[in-house]
Amino acid sequence: MNRRDVVITGIGIASSLGEGIEAHAAALAAGGTPVVDTESFEPYPVHPLLALELDRQIPKKSDQRQMEPWQRLGVYAAGLALDSAGLKDDAEAKSALQVIVAAGGGERDHAVDSAILSGLRGANEPGAYLNEHLMGDLRPTLFLAQLSNLLAGNIAIVHGVTGPSRTFMGEEQAGVDAIRTAHARIASGQSDLMLVGGAYNAERRDMLLLFELGGYLRRDSFAPVFEREDAPGLITGSAGAFLVLESAERAAARGAKAYAKLSHAGAARSRRAPGTVESALTKLVGAFGAIGPDSLAISAATGCAGITAEEAAALKAAAPSAKRIAAGDLVGHGVEAAFPVSVALAAIALSAGQAKEAIVTGAGHWRGEGAAHLVQA
Amino acid sequence: MTTHRDAKGRPLVAVTGLGVVTSLGQGKDANWQALTAGQSGIHRIERFPTEGLRTTIGGTVDFLFDGPFTAPQLSEKLATLAAEEAVGQSGIGPDGDFPGELFMAVPPVEMEWPQKQELAQAVDGEVDYDGLLRAAATRKFAAMHELFVFGGVADHIADRFGTKGSPISLSTACSSGATAIQMGVEAIRRGETQAALCIGTDGSIHAEALIRFSLLSALSTQNDPPEGAAKPFSKNRDGFVMGEGAGALVLEDYDHALARGATILGIVAGCGERGDGFHRTRSSPDGKPAILAMQDALADAGLTPDDVDYINAHGTSTPENDKMEAMSCAAVFGERMAKLPISSNKSMIGHTLTAAGAVEAVISFLTIANGTIPPTINYANPDPAITLDVVPNEARKAKVKTILSNSFGFGGQNTCLVLTAPPEAA
Repeated sequence: MNRRDVVITGIGIASSLGEGIEAHAAALAAGGTPVVDTESFEPYPVHPLLALELDRQIPKKSDQRQMEPWQRLGVYAAGLALDSAGLKDDAEAKSALQVIVAAGGGERDHAVDSAILSGLRGANEPGAYLNEHLMGDLRPTLFLAQLSNLLAGNIAIVHGVTGPSRTFMGEEQAGVDAIRTAHARIASGQSDLMLVGGAYNAERRDMLLLFELGGYLRRDSFAPVFEREDAPGLITGSAGAFLVLESAERAAARGAKAYAKLSHAGAARSRRAPGTVESALTKLVGAFGAIGPDSLAISAATGCAGITAEEAAALKAAAPSAKRIAAGDLVGHGVEAAFPVSVALAAIALSAGQAKEAIVTGAGHWRGEGAAHLVQA
Repeated sequence: MTTHRDAKGRPLVAVTGLGVVTSLGQGKDANWQALTAGQSGIHRIERFPTEGLRTTIGGTVDFLFDGPFTAPQLSEKLATLAAEEAVGQSGIGPDGDFPGELFMAVPPVEMEWPQKQELAQAVDGEVDYDGLLRAAATRKFAAMHELFVFGGVADHIADRFGTKGSPISLSTACSSGATAIQMGVEAIRRGETQAALCIGTDGSIHAEALIRFSLLSALSTQNDPPEGAAKPFSKNRDGFVMGEGAGALVLEDYDHALARGATILGIVAGCGERGDGFHRTRSSPDGKPAILAMQDALADAGLTPDDVDYINAHGTSTPENDKMEAMSCAAVFGERMAKLPISSNKSMIGHTLTAAGAVEAVISFLTIANGTIPPTINYANPDPAITLDVVPNEARKAKVKTILSNSFGFGGQNTCLVLTAPPEAA
């Protein structure tokens, strides 16, 4: 199939730094101090979401109530992306707009879980006790409010995007594969217009629990992603990012502003022995050709032991003169959203004239590697 | 080498391997025998206590483990068995070295109650999440991390079968199995891969999963007799019955399959997919997204409604879904719909949720191969508002070359596949 140019014509982003292109462009240019909450989830630091005026993107309170925070954040970021692409009121485009969402799920009712776990200890018939309390205490709509594919469902309902949607699961790699697949569909001519992204709510103990089981969290204090040797691990951040990807022809025909061109997106799955992340990323970035001197490297690195140093080494070898920015230093690690957030940041930097070219890399905390290449449009 | 292309100039996508596991048994032979005999795999749930529950039945797969297991463990086992059968039939690649990508529909899983209780035992006093986090920090429960991450099952399958590239774990609710197939088709058409292992798997019937669907009033409560509960298109249908299972398909670029001398079992000729922005659990009353998904699938295949010989229905047995599907089919097929056979496998295996689209695609290709349409069982009380030929109660011999397989899911997911017999002359 013919390869067509793919441009980014919409960027929606929200994080601990605020929302939108300008807030994040300023942070990219200036660096500065990240927003970190070290107390609410002690001993685990997190980057909390700056409060959003939800009504601006999710006008109906009834819709807001039907979602858990990660879904609300994603729907909000998707709305920002549609706004920035000038598609919010284009019913025809939205009826054809294809969506790929990188999603987690869950969001437990912590009070219900805690009460049931305490009660189960003294229950004579634990099975009957569990049934009775789940039947009585679970909010009937909670299931939908936390179901993975319902972020896409809510984007359809709230924003009127009625093209088909796919939801990818699988932690960081879901975000990589979402971008990769959306790019491939447009480049090959299977699609003209895609909305792609993800959202992650870090302010929840159930997700911290999943990471802590495997020993993947950093404790106590913030440290930059590439300087966590004393206590390696994730510092998660609430963040959402959605991008509108469009064929260059379609964007030009409607006179849309292109923030950047997404020239490549690739994914790998190394089997995670020492050195495999470095070699996987080196191979992915190597496919982009020579990286120019005025380039930017935005890393979705986790801060986890071993793999973060390997990512640093791969970046240094592939793009020695590139300015390196860890997305985690700005907004924290957004798991499924980490790669979309990083691509969004790269597109913002290119659009703001902060660099001519950017590469984005990321290695998932337990599996998956990805890289993308963007150039000025 | 001759290159075979479809009407739109794209690579033809052949099916060279099929595998299936459901509550009816393991493998194509066991399932086909039971399906054409009109047997039900739905039974009383014994895996966990059902005291106090409104629904106490399901199409659980109970023959694979002796001891306790979690949803991801069962989902992985089901997927492994289905994929072994499919890859074995296709004869593609050495064992553990599948020369193509993996597209996998998996249920969204969370930490389950037995594991939470295990952690809670390490907590002094009242249990809360801070206590669970302290227990987790001991690292004594480290295996639970990989068990409950969303990408775990697909990652293990990628290891077992040696698929190439980054495996996709996807969810489009009850369309997921069909979406896995569609993604494989798209990747082959793009020329990214010559072969794809497409799997839908779901082994997630546990107390909380059942209760959640129950709280949404989605499930049948006609528990007695269990095998009579799933009755798609009947007047007294009252909800779906949860099922478990897996379906696996080896998809292959047609020329790649020919070149290695593979037996071509059929073609995935077209895929259609539409979103629905109407409601989180209900379909648009006008059926428009389902209608468009069916029409898109036919157009993608370069076929017309007249070419379809049989519809493998989504047919959940919920009051609303069956009505919407019947109406949508009537809109697509017009007067012909009254005579066009349409049956629901879910009457026998229940709704295998994430796996359904893949399981039903496998059954569809068996329908083509055997010239027999599996029935819709429990059809004793027709809904007068739904005038369909549902192939009631008994299998029917029929020459079937082209099938439309429907999948519709929560969140406005509508995916339809057009599945055809292999071309007679290559």
